[in-house]
Amino acid sequence: MKRGRSSLAAILPFLWLAVFFAFPFFLVAKLSLSDTALAIPPYTPRLDWSQGLAGVRAFLAGLDGETYARLTKDSLYLSAYLSSLRLAAEGSGLLLLIGYPIAYGISRCPPRVRQALVMAVILPFWTSFLIRIYAWIAILKPAGVLNAVLHVVGLPPLDILNTETAVLLGLVYAYLPFMVLPLYAVLDRQDESLIEAAQDLGATPLAAFWRVTFPLSLPGALAGALLCFIPMAGEFVIPDLLGGSDTLMLGRVIWTEFFADRDWPAASAVAIVLLATLVVPILLFERQQAKVLS
Amino acid sequence: MDQGADGQVSKPAIVRFEGVEKRFGDHVAVAGVDLEVAEDEFFALLGPSGCGKTTLMRLLAGFEQPDAGRILLDGQDIAALPAHRRPVHMMFQSYALFPHLNVAQNIAFGLRRQGLAKAEVAPRVEEMLALVRLDGLARRKPDQLSGGQRQRVALARALAPRPRILLLDEPLAALDRKLREETQLELIALQRRLGLTFMIVTHDQDEAMVVADRMAVMQAGAIAQVGPPRDVYERPQSRYVAEFIGEVNIFPREDGALLAVRPEKLFIARQPNGHPAMGGTLSDIAYFGDRTRYVVETSAGPVRISCANDGLDTRGPLSVGDAVWVSHPPEAAVVLPS
Repeated sequence: MKRGRSSLAAILPFLWLAVFFAFPFFLVAKLSLSDTALAIPPYTPRLDWSQGLAGVRAFLAGLDGETYARLTKDSLYLSAYLSSLRLAAEGSGLLLLIGYPIAYGISRCPPRVRQALVMAVILPFWTSFLIRIYAWIAILKPAGVLNAVLHVVGLPPLDILNTETAVLLGLVYAYLPFMVLPLYAVLDRQDESLIEAAQDLGATPLAAFWRVTFPLSLPGALAGALLCFIPMAGEFVIPDLLGGSDTLMLGRVIWTEFFADRDWPAASAVAIVLLATLVVPILLFERQQAKVLS
Repeated sequence: MDQGADGQVSKPAIVRFEGVEKRFGDHVAVAGVDLEVAEDEFFALLGPSGCGKTTLMRLLAGFEQPDAGRILLDGQDIAALPAHRRPVHMMFQSYALFPHLNVAQNIAFGLRRQGLAKAEVAPRVEEMLALVRLDGLARRKPDQLSGGQRQRVALARALAPRPRILLLDEPLAALDRKLREETQLELIALQRRLGLTFMIVTHDQDEAMVVADRMAVMQAGAIAQVGPPRDVYERPQSRYVAEFIGEVNIFPREDGALLAVRPEKLFIARQPNGHPAMGGTLSDIAYFGDRTRYVVETSAGPVRISCANDGLDTRGPLSVGDAVWVSHPPEAAVVLPS
């Protein structure tokens, strides 16, 4: 009885993964190996079950890597790919620079203040992500809040909406909690007596931070950076709403291929390439998590 | 060591607490402590948890600031010195080893902060490893060491920069009994060899008695008594100290004062034996191998007696329910204020 229940508990996550990850993944992988066609759905070959085994064979014969070859020929894909990774890397770097002092500051506060501040970090999740990004449009647009403030202070206006700067701003804003929380978790767990021991042995407070607090927080920093980098590389909404026509990110390329060009194989191939690129950081993240949790 | 009757030392004081007070909110952790620790002394701060002994040590290390009073190190007020500039190093109860550094790097930490060049650090680390018998473990990380090994790394790390005083905060609390007793003896040998002042905080009276040249018994933030362990044990000045250090029988006297007698100083016999004796009934016998402990119900309440099983007694075996007489030589009793 008990055994039956525990094996069911083991099967459930696999079932979940099979239905919501493996199956869609194979669908996308298959699409990426198909050819574009003017049909509904717009690709060939299609599996014809009525032909039996011959149908399956014909279907398999129709699959090829032609779409991937096409991706290498158009420099648009490569530059979108590189600029996605670059923006995600820049975003992660900025997030580290901004998130670390925030997480450190929170971890130094008295317990009750700490709880309130962690709450404040999570609070933005209570409103819709989309609305928050639209709010940035209102802030950044030429006659928006930002320029009104700049005008009052006597500074020249900034026209950054629909630029890469706005995308980076949006990325950093949206992903900040994902950087702060893992960092805060490791900093908060750090044994206070380690800092005292460092100071006792002659380390100034600054030296104690660099020699003890900081190296011990690196797993949290890496976890936060990966947690942000992975989804940022495939981000669609932020570059679409805040970026301009020159902001090339893979998320937008996939959208365009799928909905504007109706080129499902190309969209799928781009998605597969992105996924393959992210497997390395995802595995790194998993390993890091295992280490942090141990 | 030359000792005055009040436990004050004639050697120069290395540390002096003068009217030191520390409060945490409404709680008075340290209440006006005056205390001297002498050069080259093994000094113990003893008391139950919450008596302020750890706070007193943290005040000396610089982790806390006194609300009143002064702390002098070699005659200098150290109030203005932050923890990292005090030549006082501490071995933490949790050991507080840096988990990301190996044994050698942990030991080198204080040396590097003193600005020693790498070439000078390495031989000093080797020396420390040999001192605590950890040669060959230099590259291990703390989580690859046993509890006893970690304890020795913590000791070596605190000793490496040659502190004026080594502070030990419950240093052996995490070790099992046998290892703890061995390590106590090692600590004494180490302290003698290095000629360094050691100050230990402990709640374990046996540990304090074994290791300390002098000890201070603390009660509610104040010093109840200071002196060599023998003095504190033999001549307690209050009921609190008498009862905290070892076991004691307390008898009220007619003038309102109390008489304290240690269980091992009482005789038990079938007949009165010359000393003023109290009659009673033997109610409990516990055999400990080297000694036997008796409880005798008397008109003054239960009396505990501890007898060495040295084969010298002639009273023959006693059993529960026997009528016995309890007595002590007059010099064995200590008069305490009630």
